[in-house]
Amino acid sequence: MDTSEAFPQNVLPPDETKRLMDNAPSKITPAPTLKAIDDVDAGLTAAGYIPNRQIATAVYLAHHLQKPILVEGPAGVGKTELAKSVAAWMNLPLIRMQCYEGLDESKSLYEWKYGKQLLYTQILKDKIGSVISESDNLARALDKLHAFGDIFFSRNFLEPRPLLRALEQPSGAVLLIDEIDKSDQEFEAFLLEILSDYQVSVPEIGSIQAAVAPVVLLTSNSTRDLGDALKRRCLHLHIGFPDEKLEARIISSRVPGIDERLLRQLVTFVQQLRTLDLKKLPSVSETIDWAKVMVLLHTSVLDVTVVRDTLNVLLKFEADIEAAGKQLAAMTHKAQQAAGIA
Amino acid sequence: MKFTTSDNTIPATASEPLRRFLQVARGAGLRVSAAEGIDAARAVDVVGYTERAVLKQALGLVLAKTPDEKALYDETFDLFFKHEALAGDGPFGEAAPGADEDGAQPQGGESALALLLLSDNRGELATAVESAGRESGVQNIRFFTQKNLYTRRILTRMGLRELEDEMEKLRESGTPEGMDNAALLQDRLDTLRASVRDLVERNLLLYARGDTEAFREQLLKNARLTNIDRRDLERMRVLVREMTKKLATRYAKTRRRRLRGQLDVRRTLRKNMGWGGVPFITVWKQKRIEKPRVMVLCDVSGSVAAMAQFLLMFLYALNEVMADLRAFAYSGSLIEVSEILEKEPVEQAIVSIMQRIGYGSSNYGNSLVDFEEGWMPFVTNKTTVIILGDARGNNNDPRTDILARISQRAKRLIWLNPEYPALWGTGDSDMPRYAPYCNLVTECSTLRHLDRVISDILESTR
Repeated sequence: MDTSEAFPQNVLPPDETKRLMDNAPSKITPAPTLKAIDDVDAGLTAAGYIPNRQIATAVYLAHHLQKPILVEGPAGVGKTELAKSVAAWMNLPLIRMQCYEGLDESKSLYEWKYGKQLLYTQILKDKIGSVISESDNLARALDKLHAFGDIFFSRNFLEPRPLLRALEQPSGAVLLIDEIDKSDQEFEAFLLEILSDYQVSVPEIGSIQAAVAPVVLLTSNSTRDLGDALKRRCLHLHIGFPDEKLEARIISSRVPGIDERLLRQLVTFVQQLRTLDLKKLPSVSETIDWAKVMVLLHTSVLDVTVVRDTLNVLLKFEADIEAAGKQLAAMTHKAQQAAGIA
Repeated sequence: MKFTTSDNTIPATASEPLRRFLQVARGAGLRVSAAEGIDAARAVDVVGYTERAVLKQALGLVLAKTPDEKALYDETFDLFFKHEALAGDGPFGEAAPGADEDGAQPQGGESALALLLLSDNRGELATAVESAGRESGVQNIRFFTQKNLYTRRILTRMGLRELEDEMEKLRESGTPEGMDNAALLQDRLDTLRASVRDLVERNLLLYARGDTEAFREQLLKNARLTNIDRRDLERMRVLVREMTKKLATRYAKTRRRRLRGQLDVRRTLRKNMGWGGVPFITVWKQKRIEKPRVMVLCDVSGSVAAMAQFLLMFLYALNEVMADLRAFAYSGSLIEVSEILEKEPVEQAIVSIMQRIGYGSSNYGNSLVDFEEGWMPFVTNKTTVIILGDARGNNNDPRTDILARISQRAKRLIWLNPEYPALWGTGDSDMPRYAPYCNLVTECSTLRHLDRVISDILESTR
């Protein structure tokens, strides 16, 4: 079926389109480089990250809609790596904030430089006589002191933490909020203002708006369910395990110089391993590690002994290694077949 | 309970096909807020309509927020486009195949519908069916029982009555030509009826799924657990999981609440060493709210067993907010089953428990003696003891003295009885004898009851 007919072109009347555009955060102009999803694909590939179509679409949309991406998926499929690669490709600084239980705004947003404030108070104490000596009455003296009071709570005494730093970058930034599911629910609520408007409020100063909206990526391992409010503000990207072809491309980009036939065997083997009922399935990062080990060992053909000796690179639980142990021979054989060896 | 999906919550900025899709998505059970509708419109604006795969992914990123929703979304998207294509409606579908030009036009046909049927122009016919469907509001269909109603409505709107009159007239005329024509019309009408039914069914599938599910879930939450159908067990499990998740998040949060107002002097001084002990940063005492320790005694004699299964499912799903849970099963005597429950998933565990001790006639006195001998020392002033049973001890000694001792030691003693309160005390029921020693005696026969009771227990530990 032809989809161009299923949805007509130019469905929005011009004024509607304009209204929509006005709704979008206004100060922010998208960089001109992103014309098509293929550009994202090419850019990320150049940065060493092989995206699937879904990931490329997400980055493309996030850029144009000015929305954060919430990335979910099992550990080690490249959630954090995606943020790093986006930063490398767009040539923006990567600002990373690791979430944990008890994280609050003084650690994530800003902190007053207490030490400096104290130091300046001491200096002021010494100079106070000379400062107010010119004022002939009490009211004037107090006015002068008020002026100093404001100085103490100005930008000069503000210590920016990751979130504020990301907003303050003059050319924009990639903000990675890692493992948001580890933080408290209160913190999640606190993030909402930043994620939807790209601004934060500091009571003593007012709200600070981003000069250029940062690209925001949040990652989650789903250890707890995130709030609906947070999810609603994000594009929701689920990264699963890659298929055989994609995984092979990823490995060959991460482990340059790996023998083509060895690569086939490794990938086929790992893909089979993922079909087993294991506590923790091996991720892409584990496959990469394993491939590096194989290259170090100068292995060119997978056999049962090599696999058994190095299986702890792939599987992290004793029970899993045991469970996989019985089927190693069959799986190795199949992997060899796939590479055309056996 | 809500069965209507009002149109006005879908933002006006969305284009017509997108609006329809959002409505369908809601019908299928995706939660699409107005803001998400706007986002969807913006996303479509960015990616355009040209590539269906891209469109699907883009909308999926905006609308579906969990793996479950992703699957539902994919299904709905495909279904919707199949539907749109079949509708043969203006720019959204393919042009229906034209009429076969050759072949003699049969005579007769006075009513519009008869003419349409005789012309055998399938494209026009499909368009007529579709527009009659829209006019009779077929997208408001919610229950499968409404299928005939809507089929009838659409046919009537297309002029069924006139057609039937005409067919009647043709048959009465008695001429062989008239009879032939009537037979032909009847034939085509049957085909038409089938295609209208198709349309109605498609609409039911598209628009009504979410509401039907919601309706079913409402029923299940209020159904007596002893009457749950085997085929509904899977759905019940999902429901229990959902309810417990809600409880767990609600109570996990309150466990680490700050007690503002009590300064922790030692830690404050320590933290402010760097500034010569001038307290720039204050540290407040935090009170850890303890998790409840629960001991459950479940009657597994025939009638109560179904109930026990759900109670245990509930409690085990809450292990995140429960510090310590020990489960016991009894009918004639009492054994501890915590280990079985830990090793096996609850549903299977129940089966193996039943094999070991279930189905006997219950003896409350005996079971209480077993409990006192084996586990009484573990009941502390932090323990909540829950007894689930109908208190029908087959006229054995109820041993209320033991229950009194448990009550003295425990923080709380709760009795859950799956029988209607009106039946307590009738026949061999010892409920009134046990009741004075319990902090709470309550009827507990539906999921909703369970939810309330467990929530109470968690509440009391705040």
